[in-house]
Amino acid sequence: MSKTRDILFRPIFTDNPIALQILGLCSALAVTSKLETVFVMSLAVIFVTAFSNFFVSSIRNHIPSSIRIIVQMMIIASLVIFVDQMLKAFAFSTSKQLSVFVGLIITNCIVMGRAEGFAMKNSPGISFLDGIGNGLGYSVMLIAVGIIRELFGSGKLFGINILTPITEGGWYMPNGLLVLPPSAFFLIGLLIWALRTWKTDQVEED
Amino acid sequence: MANDSIKKTLTVAFLLCIVCSVLVSVAAVSLKPIQERNKALALKENILAAAGLMEEGKSIDELFQNITPKVIDLSTGAYTDIDPAKYDQKKYSKDPATSIEIAQDIAKIRRRSKFAAIYLVEKNGKTETIILPIYGKGLWGTMYAFIAFEGDGNTVKGLTFYDHKETPGLGGEVDNPRWKQQWVGKKAFNEQWKPVVELVKGGVNPNKAGAIHQVDGLSGATLTNRGVRNLIHYWLGSDGYGVFLAKLRSQGGV
Repeated sequence: MSKTRDILFRPIFTDNPIALQILGLCSALAVTSKLETVFVMSLAVIFVTAFSNFFVSSIRNHIPSSIRIIVQMMIIASLVIFVDQMLKAFAFSTSKQLSVFVGLIITNCIVMGRAEGFAMKNSPGISFLDGIGNGLGYSVMLIAVGIIRELFGSGKLFGINILTPITEGGWYMPNGLLVLPPSAFFLIGLLIWALRTWKTDQVEED
Repeated sequence: MANDSIKKTLTVAFLLCIVCSVLVSVAAVSLKPIQERNKALALKENILAAAGLMEEGKSIDELFQNITPKVIDLSTGAYTDIDPAKYDQKKYSKDPATSIEIAQDIAKIRRRSKFAAIYLVEKNGKTETIILPIYGKGLWGTMYAFIAFEGDGNTVKGLTFYDHKETPGLGGEVDNPRWKQQWVGKKAFNEQWKPVVELVKGGVNPNKAGAIHQVDGLSGATLTNRGVRNLIHYWLGSDGYGVFLAKLRSQGGV
């Protein structure tokens, strides 16, 4: 039981894919300017990592090692296309905002990294949980960055005015930098700093 | 290892391809009708928003019943018998047979379709609202909009940018409802029916002459402003909807 919990929750703070493994940064920069897109993206990534881990693990004993990466890619790509089609059908406006980034989950290193690093060696059930755990770890970072960017970049949370900006008759002067992707770099850097101050064993020796 | 034999490798690759392709095609084909509907609804919503016809509690399809889509020939201003539901502007603009090269390309779109799908709201035989699709280059990419006029073909009823790639917070404010609200009631043309609407710096002084043709530009977005101005001038000019609007006026329908 404790092992299950460990697999599910370790990736959130102790072994966070973004903060410690420094994977999946591209989409973390691109989709975090609004919380709504962050949530949809997080759900999509959790779904894809969980199921790609599950399927890769289910057939791991039959995958020839010479084509294993291609096999993993194929499973991941099929899942991502499936998610993309579902979003276009049932969450049209959000899928328009996410545009290419749903498709780019295919190249998100977290998914591939977990498939190759974990699912190839473990049973399907545990791999599935590991996928959810890593997806959650990714989501936690994205949500943290998303809250800061949307609140201070446009004065809103989930599109609802919290700090009414001047352009809409309020008092808040939005910070334009936070709306642009590079700001997520600074924020992720600061979050990694905070996390490593809290959990000092994550600090790298040089 | 048995797994690495050529036969096994080929079998695994082949089976996986079959399974994955079947799954992907089933998803794509079965969800297609819903996706198409979403796209059509989004377009209708934008048209309604431009004309200021959105109402709480009524479905988009219901509201759209008042709107008559028509495909016009831009060079003559006449209605054509092309089915508006099947007209695809992007496709028509690319095909050499149905498009022309633009000589004075201020909107920076190179080619345009010879035809355009427009939307009319008619009441008691009189045209009440004319909704025209317009587009042109902004700073980062093409900006797509609908502009709605009152029956006189001059007073702006609304302007909605529904697709653009401008900088969020600066040029991206083209879709800010407060900014768009400024357009309502402005006159796009002068007495000679030349498009004269301008985006000005530092706010519009309502006491000065010409304020009726002016809109406060977006701050920190010079190139977006220029793009908006140019695309409106192009599409309302003689190369765009000018002929059609003149025809409407001369028929007294407007």
